[in-house]
Amino acid sequence: MKLDRYLVAIRLILLLVLIVPGPVIAQQSTASYRPVTDERLKEPEPENWLFYRGTYDGWGYSPLEQINSENVGSLVPVWAFSTGVNGGHEAVPIVNDGIMFVTTPGNQVIAIDARTGDLLWLYQHELAEDAIAYHYTNRGVALYGDKVFTATLDAKVVALDATSGEVVWDASVADNASGYYMTLAPLTAEGKVMVGVSGGELGIRGFVVALDTETGEEVWRAHTIPAPGEPGNETWPGDSWRTGGAAVWLTGHYDPDLGLTYWGTGNPGPWMGDARPGDNLYTNSVIALDIETGELVGHHQYHWNGSWDWDEVSTPLLIDVEREGRVFPALVHPGRNGYLWLLERSADEISFVDAWPYVRQDVFTSIDPESGRPSYDEQKKPGIGFRAPFCPSLWGGKDWPPAAYNPGTELLYIPVNENLCGSILGREIEYEPGRSFTGAESQMTVWPGAEHIGELQAWDMSTGEEVWTREFESPNWGPVLTTAGNLVFMGGTTDRNFRAFDARTGDQLWEHRTNSGIIGVPSTYMIDGVQYIAVQSGWGVDAASMTRRINRDLGTETFVPEGGVIWVFALQN
Amino acid sequence: MTEINGRETEAPMNRRNAVKAFVGLGLASALTDCTPASGGGGPVGEMPGPPPAQGPQLDPEPERAPSPDEHEHPAEGDLLVFALGVRKGEVVTSADVPLDGPQIFAYAGDADGAHGASDASRLDQIILVRLDPMSLSEETAHHAAEGIVAYSAICTHEGCDISDWSTQNRRLICPCHDSEFDPTDNGQVTEGPARRRLAALPLKLVDGQLVVAGGFTGRVGFRSP
Repeated sequence: MKLDRYLVAIRLILLLVLIVPGPVIAQQSTASYRPVTDERLKEPEPENWLFYRGTYDGWGYSPLEQINSENVGSLVPVWAFSTGVNGGHEAVPIVNDGIMFVTTPGNQVIAIDARTGDLLWLYQHELAEDAIAYHYTNRGVALYGDKVFTATLDAKVVALDATSGEVVWDASVADNASGYYMTLAPLTAEGKVMVGVSGGELGIRGFVVALDTETGEEVWRAHTIPAPGEPGNETWPGDSWRTGGAAVWLTGHYDPDLGLTYWGTGNPGPWMGDARPGDNLYTNSVIALDIETGELVGHHQYHWNGSWDWDEVSTPLLIDVEREGRVFPALVHPGRNGYLWLLERSADEISFVDAWPYVRQDVFTSIDPESGRPSYDEQKKPGIGFRAPFCPSLWGGKDWPPAAYNPGTELLYIPVNENLCGSILGREIEYEPGRSFTGAESQMTVWPGAEHIGELQAWDMSTGEEVWTREFESPNWGPVLTTAGNLVFMGGTTDRNFRAFDARTGDQLWEHRTNSGIIGVPSTYMIDGVQYIAVQSGWGVDAASMTRRINRDLGTETFVPEGGVIWVFALQN
Repeated sequence: MTEINGRETEAPMNRRNAVKAFVGLGLASALTDCTPASGGGGPVGEMPGPPPAQGPQLDPEPERAPSPDEHEHPAEGDLLVFALGVRKGEVVTSADVPLDGPQIFAYAGDADGAHGASDASRLDQIILVRLDPMSLSEETAHHAAEGIVAYSAICTHEGCDISDWSTQNRRLICPCHDSEFDPTDNGQVTEGPARRRLAALPLKLVDGQLVVAGGFTGRVGFRSP
């Protein structure tokens, strides 16, 4: 049997060599791989997309303007690449000097010639068949030096040689058998690769960990739930802090001037607040961690004692905002809880400035003007044995798909789901390692008579004004890219379209129908004077779950085909 | 190809090795044609030497060595033991399975009840549900014992434990992506991304004790990523 497998392997390799000579040429282009330095990450060249959201401040913005609101109508696909897998493709195509790095569900990392679409190398992480991962996806790599970093579904960080795809080191950061897994793109800065963990449905205790980029050695680890003796532990009864969730499953942002990284945290577990009375710090919060030590130097909790599955894992965007004649360094966060949060960041704290609803929200009865702490309508707060209805639904006004900020228009673009409500019924649950620890069953309903669900909203944060809104009949799970070409790019709808909008007016200027629905983070880059727009199409995970629940509620039969494809567009010559 | 519990266990061909090997071979031929090899082990940032297309590159995954015992479960006569909870490892009796759910997680084990919970994979878990015998389809009724039915506990979509239960619809629900399975009708998919029914495990009562009546009817496990 073993000999047979050798023969099969050899035959396949010979076959591939004979019929696919393409990668040979592409491989040579990696000879000039330019190392990714701190200087480059702090001020990325416009032609590259070196980081999850392009820049440390999380804007999802590119200064490229060859493709602009005048000519975007002639955007055409120039190459596509099948990933070979199904499921939710959420990863951003990251590009360094013409080399694209993409991840897929199942922890595949693909390096591609970003101009031609030729394969350079492909890394398939070996994943145990019984690995535990409730969200079978990945959101992209991080670059640093001559390495490519990926965080895996079995809670490992793997460092690959950027030119060959060979493993340089791999490091396990948590025990997957206890429900820890990872889906985020790592954050790299100052010689460290930083990741957080998923598993909020499985009774984990969340953390962010920093590893040395050269060796994989752990530099620091910051738990998102304080242990006994640490400030904040008193907000957890008994041993509930050990299994309280506060997962970190989206990439943090970084303020190099303050030396602080910012991370959003998930909801507490189990889901029902009355299972763990207290504020449950630092769940549903933004936390500021010192990049050198991991010390928590500030936090803001958006909502306390969470009972709605409203993870607040999206990291706020670092934007300068003007209020009453004063310009201050802000943290801007469109919350899953349906409120748009404006906070101020400084060296030693995060302070509340303002918050207001951007979708129908019927849980908060008021927001304390000093602290930003919300008060609740108790009839809208689910509990053990108590089914409570609430809006927005458990997927919130905005789930994980990132918002974007354009310094040219000074507008914030938010991918929104409106007109969705739901209910949750809680039950008692005992913790078992690696088992579901939600203790809840949920339902979702469409607001009666609603004519649309998805929205793309554009906000001026200085005036607090919603400048324009696009509505979509479909739900919207589209991460947003904006450019100096006065453009906003977004997919996210069930009709499989990828779209471009005028950044100032919201007018739709272009669309292209792809193989599947787009929940991938888009990026843009330039090679030899040609600007490209890249995005993965591959519907799945929670976008698919929401679509099914809408079908169930409305009796519709919306169908979105699965399958991952990387799409790259440029202007027609 | 070996089968354990009806599941194909041979590792698929090591895809990474294969793809990298072909890139390496291709590169080697290109270098021969037009570029002198740099001598290997070059500094960071230079083109790496071609990886040698030999032994280590082609070495397939070492085979998992199944113990002889693994081939036998679940099999006729096996007992069922609790997979979790305070009674983990104890034998499940028919009285332990509540009418109309929720499901109980179990492993199949040999007569002393010792096999199973301690050494089995998560993928070997079995769900037990008791339903009104009159509600069962003909095939499901054939495999049921006093209305108790058993299925693989692994969602056929992406392999999560099927841990949720809809009291209202009497459906097994996967918490990961909302796939729903009908325990009254051979584990058929009623909703969600899963496309394949759950493998059923026939049960019977022997001297009042709930035991396995035969191997899984259907494939256990989930699609490859």
